[in-house]
Amino acid sequence: MANSIEAYVSFREVQKSYDGETLVVKNLNLDIEKGEFITMLGPSGSGKTTCLMMLAGFEPATHGEIYLDGNPINNVPPHKRDIGMVFQNYALFPHMTVAENLAFPLQVRKAPKEETTQRVNRALDMVQLGGFGGRRPGQLSGGQQQRVAVARALVFDPKLVLMDEPLGALDKNLREQMQYEIKHIHENLEVTVVYVTHDQSEALTMSNRIAVFDDGVIQQLAAPDVLYEKPDNAFVASFIGENNRLFGQVRGVNGSGCTVELEGGGEVQALAVNIDGQGTETTLSLRPERVVINPTNGSVPNVFDARVEELIYLGDHVRTRVNLCGHDDFIVKVPNAAGHAHLKPGEQVKVGWMAEDCRALDASVRT
Amino acid sequence: MALPPYAGAGERAWYYGFRFFCGLVFLFLIAPILIIVPLSFNAEPYFTFTPGMLSLSPDAFSLRWYEDIFRNEQWIQAVQNSVIIGVSATIIATALGTLAALGLSRPFMPFRTVIMGLLISPMIVPIIISAAGMYFFYSNVGLAQTYPGLILAHAALGTPFVVITVTATLVGFDHSLTRASASLGASPPTTFFKVIVPLILPGVISGGLFAFITSFDEVVAVLFLSGPAQTTIPRQMWSGIREQISPTILAVATVLICVSIALLATLELLRRRNERMRGIRAA
Repeated sequence: MANSIEAYVSFREVQKSYDGETLVVKNLNLDIEKGEFITMLGPSGSGKTTCLMMLAGFEPATHGEIYLDGNPINNVPPHKRDIGMVFQNYALFPHMTVAENLAFPLQVRKAPKEETTQRVNRALDMVQLGGFGGRRPGQLSGGQQQRVAVARALVFDPKLVLMDEPLGALDKNLREQMQYEIKHIHENLEVTVVYVTHDQSEALTMSNRIAVFDDGVIQQLAAPDVLYEKPDNAFVASFIGENNRLFGQVRGVNGSGCTVELEGGGEVQALAVNIDGQGTETTLSLRPERVVINPTNGSVPNVFDARVEELIYLGDHVRTRVNLCGHDDFIVKVPNAAGHAHLKPGEQVKVGWMAEDCRALDASVRT
Repeated sequence: MALPPYAGAGERAWYYGFRFFCGLVFLFLIAPILIIVPLSFNAEPYFTFTPGMLSLSPDAFSLRWYEDIFRNEQWIQAVQNSVIIGVSATIIATALGTLAALGLSRPFMPFRTVIMGLLISPMIVPIIISAAGMYFFYSNVGLAQTYPGLILAHAALGTPFVVITVTATLVGFDHSLTRASASLGASPPTTFFKVIVPLILPGVISGGLFAFITSFDEVVAVLFLSGPAQTTIPRQMWSGIREQISPTILAVATVLICVSIALLATLELLRRRNERMRGIRAA
């Protein structure tokens, strides 16, 4: 290769096909920095797990090259890649105790006995399972088993740790707790982690950067806040967080802004992000928390009449469904703050929003 | 399953009738085997209960037929042959059967059903046909009337049992464990011996026991393939019944029953251990 590989992990023009006809992963280019926590997020069948399996060495890439620490690893078998992996079903060895499970990667590397014991104990302490070394995996709860799996993937100081939906089998509270624990372990050990999930809140909580996968292509690769606030296209906007979508035609473009005529009538000032120019179709994406009820005159450029259809009380905010320009699924999050508007179903209100909060994106997703 | 208090007359009749019928089935299955045991302690060289035995007089019972097993050259030779052939055939059958089952359980194995059918065929084809085929084939290559010939024949007959039991064990095998092992740095051989073998061991051992029992009980292939030097226990019993009706056969039979019970008990213990391991995994 003429061009040097500077990133710690690098996918270069990687393609994968299982049947030789359809590409599950289409021309993937992805660079991962050392010490980064990167999440591959996407719906099932989007190719994210396939990418992880190619990185781990369990699936060969059909085309392209994967580099780890500057070296191509396409021809390195999984057991020589020095990559730790946490599996969705934990994959702990049921015939070994917890300590034996953790010692396994050290024993196959022929580490001295004392050092092995020491490192196993340190790893167990790290996941707060100090006294559990003598138990069998079957005697532990799901959360404890997952901690053991994390400890086992880290105990041999691998170059890289892969996690394949590791929290999928846990209940909600435990999942959130484990998210913080994994995040803290990552921060303390400064290991490079590639994490696969279909759960966006998990991705937003833990990652330095998130790669949103769909249809075998990375739709956007960005930090969590950028991904949420500045989605590049309609898929990312609708996949991450809640999102109001309005469809229309671009009437005019002026600098970074544009004017869009909605299908149900009415004109919207929006931020031109991903449009093909005047006269083309576009999807407007608008976060429900950025919509204001009864805005003061002149404070926002976009003001529409709406009828309140439904109110759902959620404690910290009231989820309000309104009918706007013929869309009866337009959601407004009204924060439960002092002096917020008390609405009733059937009431006529005005709703408004800033042009910058309304992003004009591609028209590819219409459901 | 106790009888509930609200059971009517019909249910009661069915409940006890069912138990009685089950008892009859057991009697039908076990009586022919059990009747041998007291007869083997007969003091007289007959295959019937003597009046003394029926009146439980101590003189009518003796261990002379058991002693006879150990005094008679032919029987000692037969026991030795059975053990040598049985153990060797079991080792071959277990190794081959386990490897075959591992290969057959791979997701992308081509012609799986055909190969499985071929491997299991010695169990389905009438043994007299296999034995006759082996006889002609082994005669041509000089294996007839040799120990290797008999061992190979019994290994072929025992392999299907190992294939079936190990395949059954592998159905519940979590293949992410092999991936986990590889990701932790274990080479394929290490993974095989440290992860796969310990987990499928109960299936391997029960398959091996079945293979051993098959060889230990087998008489047809032995009749075709063995020379005078390779006489096994069943072969010796067969000729014993035909040529010299001696109750030593009954004593040998009793010993064989005990061996079989011991092997079956081992199987059951292994199965429970396996279940326990799986139960823990599911919890």
